[in-house]
Amino acid sequence: MTAPVTLDRVAHSFGPHRALGDIRLEIAAGEYVVLLGPSGCGKTTLLSILGGFVRPDQGRVLIGGRDVTAVPPARRPTTTVFQDYALFPHMTLRDNVGFGLRMAGVARARRHEAADRQLALVGLEGAGGKRPHELSGGQRQRVALARALAVEPEVLLLDEPLGALDLKLRRSMQDELKAIQRRVGTTFVHVTHDQEEAMAIADRIVVMNAGRIEDQGPPDRVYRRPASLFAAGFMGEMNRIPARRGPAGVETPLGPLPVAVPGDAARLTLCLRPEALRDGSGAWDLGPARVGDLAFFGTHFRAHLIPERAPDLRLVAHLPPDRAPDSVLRLAVDPAELSIFPEEVP
Amino acid sequence: MTRLLAWLYLLLAYGFILLPVGALVLFSFQDGRLPVPPFQGVSLRWYADVLGDRDLMAALLNSALVASGSSAVACALGFLAAYGLARHVLPGAALLRAILVLPLAVSTLIVGLGLLIVASRLGVGLSLWTAGMGHVVINLPLCFAILYASMGDQQRNAERAARDLGASEGQVIRLVTVPMLRPALVAAFFLSVTLSWDEFIVSFLLTRFDVTLPVEIWSMLRSGLSPRLNAIGSLVFLVSIAVVAAVELVLRPGRRP
Repeated sequence: MTAPVTLDRVAHSFGPHRALGDIRLEIAAGEYVVLLGPSGCGKTTLLSILGGFVRPDQGRVLIGGRDVTAVPPARRPTTTVFQDYALFPHMTLRDNVGFGLRMAGVARARRHEAADRQLALVGLEGAGGKRPHELSGGQRQRVALARALAVEPEVLLLDEPLGALDLKLRRSMQDELKAIQRRVGTTFVHVTHDQEEAMAIADRIVVMNAGRIEDQGPPDRVYRRPASLFAAGFMGEMNRIPARRGPAGVETPLGPLPVAVPGDAARLTLCLRPEALRDGSGAWDLGPARVGDLAFFGTHFRAHLIPERAPDLRLVAHLPPDRAPDSVLRLAVDPAELSIFPEEVP
Repeated sequence: MTRLLAWLYLLLAYGFILLPVGALVLFSFQDGRLPVPPFQGVSLRWYADVLGDRDLMAALLNSALVASGSSAVACALGFLAAYGLARHVLPGAALLRAILVLPLAVSTLIVGLGLLIVASRLGVGLSLWTAGMGHVVINLPLCFAILYASMGDQQRNAERAARDLGASEGQVIRLVTVPMLRPALVAAFFLSVTLSWDEFIVSFLLTRFDVTLPVEIWSMLRSGLSPRLNAIGSLVFLVSIAVVAAVELVLRPGRRP
């Protein structure tokens, strides 16, 4: 089952701390949305509001067009995969997965059958008689997923579901989560602070900061053309070049750049991904740069660059891995790869 | 050398703890009229005497009833208090917790006297019921403290998951909270049983015609030493050991994570 979700002007405070302010978000049925942000940005509060564990001070939550703002978790068409899995340690996996169906009054034989089917879906075929403490972290994660999916929710909420797994396992579970979501078609809302995880699985990334939505869109758009300085910095490594508005565009320590800048801020920040810096000629010539520290990462060389035009500035570039770069490069950038924001007032 | 000293110390410590009990058990088999050295030979006649004593056996049964009944009530009340205070934000929760645990710090003599005064004021006749109530008062703080400490985050999250999956409050308690707390509940119950089983002062003050075993032993003591007392003492000790062993069996490691 699947349903669209609407958050309509949702706001919430914990005492004097404003956790969420005026959140508006539309999630389509069957969409995989990732809420991404640093800890304390309100993403987990938003998920709790979707699950019914927190009732927002203001605003409405609609699932499948129905206003569920005041509906308790037990009667919502949502289920949650909790960060620490929250499995029932005294029950077998089959009883864990079948718990929701038991609450719904499904007869034992039928819910055992359904539980075994769900366990098979997450790759734990034949493990129904085991108990949670016999499993590894990754397996517990799968059981938590199977348990939440067993009641066929319209919306599945995942609270940092891969946070406790080691990196390798996390990457493989990402692919699996995505595949399972495609198969069941349920709307998934997934909370994480790992931007690589977000890019790997999301149909749409919602970047949050300080209780607000900073940016939302497909991963490649949010990464390449972020809507705010915060989103730009959070989505990955970023070179920040201070700039000023000039008569013919922007003036930077690396030379003038003839681009139109919306808004009227005088002081600007140019954002440039490390992979946008190239050795050679391009539309915007940054002049020669000396290569400082250099490290090989397999897919690229990561180089610290000291541009000759602005020796105080440090740039990071990802250069092609096929050969080690020369000690002096001629830097060039395609202006389309640039994002320009008003300078952040500290 | 230090190893030898360590063993010596161990031997002395255990000797100090266990020698009185050993002597009590040994002289319960005394084939003579006094439970003092020299040991005159093995006889089971004091056990036969004790087991044939109707008053003593009635007191034993009373003790078992009061211990199990008061412990069950203390556990149930302690569980409800702990669940409420651990799961809900209440005004003055810290004060409530302090008041619940306070009786631990009050002498049982004071508790017993207080209950005695209240009972006589209310015109409630003294009986095993009043003694049982006294034991609930003594054991409730302990049960509450054990259960409250066991209701950690893991448990809270499992309860949240159950609610998320459609469980009502009653189902959450019945299917998740209580089963997950089973080790703590068993420990609290049997600890209460052993404390209530040995308790003298409150039982002494709050019983009249039907008495518990420690009170019966007290009245026997007034007529002087006898190996009968050793025999009944050994039986009491045996029961306590059995209860502790039962706890170990129920909570034996390996069955749970």
